[in-house]
Amino acid sequence: MANITRVVAGVALASSVLVLGGCSGETKDEGPVNLTWWHNGVNDPTLGYWQDVADDFMAANPNVTITIEAIQNEDLQRTRIPVALQSGDAPDLFQQWGGGELAAQVDSGYLMDLTNVLPDDIARLGGAVAPWSYDGAVYGIPYTFGVEGVWYRPSLFEAAGIDSEPATMDELMDAVEALKAAGIAPIAVGAGDKWPSAHWWYNFALRSCSKEVMQASGTSFDFSDPCFVEAGQQLEDFIAAEPFNEGFAATSAQQGATSSAGLLATGKAAMELMGNWEPAVLLGILGPDTPEAAELSVDLAWFPMPATTGGKGDPTAALGGGDGFSCYVDAPAECADLLSYISSDEVQKKYAEIVGGLPVAPAAASSVTDPNLIELAEVSGNAGYVQLWLDTTYGTNVGGAMNDAIVAIFAGTGTAQDVVDNMTTAAANQ
Amino acid sequence: MKTKEASGTRPDPVDTSSAGSGSENKPEKKARTPEQIRRLGTARKWGEISLFSGPALLVFLIFVVLPVGLAAYYSFYNWNGIEKLDQFIGLDNYRRAFGDAAFVHALRNNLFVVFMSLLIQLPVALAVALVLNRRFRGRSFVRMAIFAPYILSEVITAVLWLLIFQPHGPLDAVIDKIGLGGMRQLWLADMNLVMWTVFFVLTWKYIGLAIILFLAGLSGVPKDLQEAATIDGASWWQVQRRINIPLIAPTIRVWMFLSIIGSIQLFDMVWVFTHGGPAGASNTVATYMFQYGFMRSQYGYGSAVAVILFFLSLIAAALYMSFVLRRDNADEKQRR
Repeated sequence: MANITRVVAGVALASSVLVLGGCSGETKDEGPVNLTWWHNGVNDPTLGYWQDVADDFMAANPNVTITIEAIQNEDLQRTRIPVALQSGDAPDLFQQWGGGELAAQVDSGYLMDLTNVLPDDIARLGGAVAPWSYDGAVYGIPYTFGVEGVWYRPSLFEAAGIDSEPATMDELMDAVEALKAAGIAPIAVGAGDKWPSAHWWYNFALRSCSKEVMQASGTSFDFSDPCFVEAGQQLEDFIAAEPFNEGFAATSAQQGATSSAGLLATGKAAMELMGNWEPAVLLGILGPDTPEAAELSVDLAWFPMPATTGGKGDPTAALGGGDGFSCYVDAPAECADLLSYISSDEVQKKYAEIVGGLPVAPAAASSVTDPNLIELAEVSGNAGYVQLWLDTTYGTNVGGAMNDAIVAIFAGTGTAQDVVDNMTTAAANQ
Repeated sequence: MKTKEASGTRPDPVDTSSAGSGSENKPEKKARTPEQIRRLGTARKWGEISLFSGPALLVFLIFVVLPVGLAAYYSFYNWNGIEKLDQFIGLDNYRRAFGDAAFVHALRNNLFVVFMSLLIQLPVALAVALVLNRRFRGRSFVRMAIFAPYILSEVITAVLWLLIFQPHGPLDAVIDKIGLGGMRQLWLADMNLVMWTVFFVLTWKYIGLAIILFLAGLSGVPKDLQEAATIDGASWWQVQRRINIPLIAPTIRVWMFLSIIGSIQLFDMVWVFTHGGPAGASNTVATYMFQYGFMRSQYGYGSAVAVILFFLSLIAAALYMSFVLRRDNADEKQRR
């Protein structure tokens, strides 16, 4: 009931800390150094993996003490980090999603410029650091990056008589009809959480907009090119064919068996458009040592977003995203050392082995064993270009307006034009 | 210095304004003028007030008044919560809110809950309370069962019903089993239905409170009034209509007040239950505020919505106090 109080108290608390709180000192002598580290790996194996990384780093650098706080992703991204940055008492090393959000943090002078601090690591990781760069400088280092595509259950495809992975939208539509005829929900989408449904629009936009228009929109917020409306119209046509699970408008993305991921995991739906984290999420829902999980491990495959007809986009372009870390501007120099250690080939290999994620360091690629992730990495490597998730690219404000308008198309209350109008209005308001 | 104001409180014969707050009881070497005694008493009174209420007041100021003031301050800025607070835009955030169809829809949803609560929960709760207000076997069990949902937190309630209302979930299974398969709905995914689903769950959770309050009120109604009426030939319904309901009217009015304020501030349950969706169909002003303030990092705009919500509650409370609860308050004064 005391919600307003609670919300404004948070804001006020932040500002009182701003007044009271001092900054952590920055030193590069051999005296004791304390590093605070916020990440979003609240569950094992990620949680334990980061703790091991911190322990190993502390063992090699006895003067450094690392304090880790693992915070749920949305809380971390939307509340904890913005408030901490505002307060001037930010963690030294914290989760960084890149794109428009990183740009806003750089503009306010919150991030350490790593361009000249970690030049070797940046060169070693190559193009993957692009989403963590702004105005020619690098402000964050990724540890995982992957493109998205359609995950599906081959056994259900077989049951519906589909013998090959759809490569075009027409083939995808045929597969949808075949699955419906077989009584299987063709595609699961967690529109209740907004972003999973928005990703369909992103992919249509990627196919209909040229690379130049797409990349320029990230900084100019110019959505006047008709390709953005075309993307929405393609989505409208797609939704009209009813390819999604029943009640998708209220379906969540990853919470339990009734979520879109749950429907795929339990074989109630045949496909889901999702990023490279999907196998881990499905496994998390089923539980690690269950018979269903064993079944899933041999009955899950992946194909890239099918090609659309027409459109100026690069047909091999892919949407992707990843996770990285940034150092706070006043963080001790050891923060960059830790970041360098995190992105080192050796630690990245462990990331692939222990967490089962897709590492960024090229040398760690051979440690990936999941055949789906290997295929996904190949598509990523051969892509004309990889576009960062559009909501991350545009930042929370324009990205949020975009996602809401796309969800309205899914709910049947919005139009393709509304998406462009909403984004333009939001961009004008920032 | 030793004082005895706690034990010996002799009302000051000269000045009654300090009566009750403790006056000097000790024989004085020097006679004090009444003016001096009055001043001393006043100072002591204020000392006591600040000693006992000071800490609470300080907490209240820092965690309630200051944030409210800061929210009002932020609401005049275009601010994303990260950059400097330097884009003063006057009342634009407020104009934007009332010009946004999604905000107006959220506001309408709050009003929907306010009026449906009064229209549906009140008569149902009253009827149940009147029926339960008699002796029968298992009465306390029934009372406890009715009150049980109220004990659950809103989050638990939301998660529980979220599972029940899933497509092909338990509710649909029951509907199918009793042969009403055609009545199956997308309880949460249908934009026209979702607020009714939300309202149903709210009623399930909160009607127990209304019933318990009304029962408490009914137990305070003197038995002899009811007996006298019965002896005079009044029917059961006449006893309720003429005696019980009028006598628990103050309780009903207080419940209505709590219900209205709760409906205006509705957040937790809706947020967990539907996230305000699908496509904003079940947003309340509070979930709308959270979405814009935090999810979209528009702290300035979110603050403006918070201020609007604050004034909505304030106006609703003030109007209700002065028009509906006035009689109850006036009675109180007369009794004194």
